[in-house]
Amino acid sequence: MDKVVSIDRALEKLHDGLTILIPGFVNTGVPETLIKGVIDKGYTNLNVISNNTSIKGRGIGLLVHENRIRHITCSHIGSNTETVEKVVAGEIDVTFVPQGTLCERVRAGGAGIGGILTPTGLGTPIAEGKPVIEVDGKKYLLEKPLHADVAFIHAWKADKMGNLVYRRTARNFNQIFATAADLVIVEAEEIVEVGALDPDVIHTPGCLVDMIVRA
Amino acid sequence: MELQGRDLIAYRTARFFEDGDLVNLGIGMPTQCLNFIPQGIDVWIDSENGVIGLTGAPQEGEEFDPNVVDASGAVSKLRTGGCCFDSFTSFGLIRGGHVAATVLGAYEVDQEGNLANWTVPGKTVAGMGGAMDLVSGALKVIIMTEHCDKRGNPKILKKCTLPLTAAAEVDYIVSELCVLHRTEKGLVLEELAPGVTAQDVISKTDAVLIIPETIGSMIKE
Repeated sequence: MDKVVSIDRALEKLHDGLTILIPGFVNTGVPETLIKGVIDKGYTNLNVISNNTSIKGRGIGLLVHENRIRHITCSHIGSNTETVEKVVAGEIDVTFVPQGTLCERVRAGGAGIGGILTPTGLGTPIAEGKPVIEVDGKKYLLEKPLHADVAFIHAWKADKMGNLVYRRTARNFNQIFATAADLVIVEAEEIVEVGALDPDVIHTPGCLVDMIVRA
Repeated sequence: MELQGRDLIAYRTARFFEDGDLVNLGIGMPTQCLNFIPQGIDVWIDSENGVIGLTGAPQEGEEFDPNVVDASGAVSKLRTGGCCFDSFTSFGLIRGGHVAATVLGAYEVDQEGNLANWTVPGKTVAGMGGAMDLVSGALKVIIMTEHCDKRGNPKILKKCTLPLTAAAEVDYIVSELCVLHRTEKGLVLEELAPGVTAQDVISKTDAVLIIPETIGSMIKE
């Protein structure tokens, strides 16, 4: 099964207002080819779930610059001054989620789990309105799963079935985000034949991937 | 060489680490601890973006991999034996008690071990990043901070006024004046910088301090 398509084909059925999982840590492991494709297609009013918004003029920062994001759920925007300006001006809504909680909420969303219990955020503004559950005498916050319409993934290597390998710290959120969307679109730096990747080193199984484009 | 200010803070903080410890250092002042790791102590650096074993920026002209970055997004080198993993594993290590110590800065810290270091309402909107997980999860939470803010107001308070990063998690506070240890009874003045008296510390601290009969020195022989 060959999942490799043109970027035009990969993005043609998206639309305005989608919720998109976009991985990356600052500007590493960010699916920038797909982000540029979205900008070219004109999609807007997007609901982005990410760790941060890259840096000004790169990665997710391109969507910020082009005013395509309505709401962002993330742990940090401080590395992108333009995002900070637009949040302060009320042009982008932001919901901050602690980074480890973001990981677990997306993992829950991709793994069929109805929520997670974490000590992170107890006694802070993050806890407001959330149930506190006690297990064996310890208190935890109940955090709900996150799931998206689409996930964009940046892989180092993909075989044509979508088995993926990430490189070094570019792995970051890619591996989890690939599990938690209805449609998973991958951009890969290198696309190889099925069988060329050692089954033991594959980070993301191809069954999770719908389409592959060249990064 | 007489250690002062931030160098003294970094020098003393680095003496909390034991051989083989996995340690997470916040961006900024905490990374200065690396300049003061004692001889014979081998510390592994944990970075929240999913890597153990970063050693700092490559020298000019040195080969590097743009896919190896630290928690600020800057390119770094990776030592032999280092490893990379996904963000989920990274925060599992942090929250699961596998990180021996985390070192962070503070806007405010109080005598109950509460820490505020992620937002000043109306002023900063950066977000907490991984700080809430680190402070909740690391086995030892060490705060490196100047004793007072730029206007001379105490940063070590009876009760934090800013939104918290975590409640009752701070173990040690290291400033240019002293080391404070949070115990069940309260904040204990355990060590003083050379030439600093307990009275000097008390006069610059809002928190109530427990003053033991003997107080150690921040400088270790």
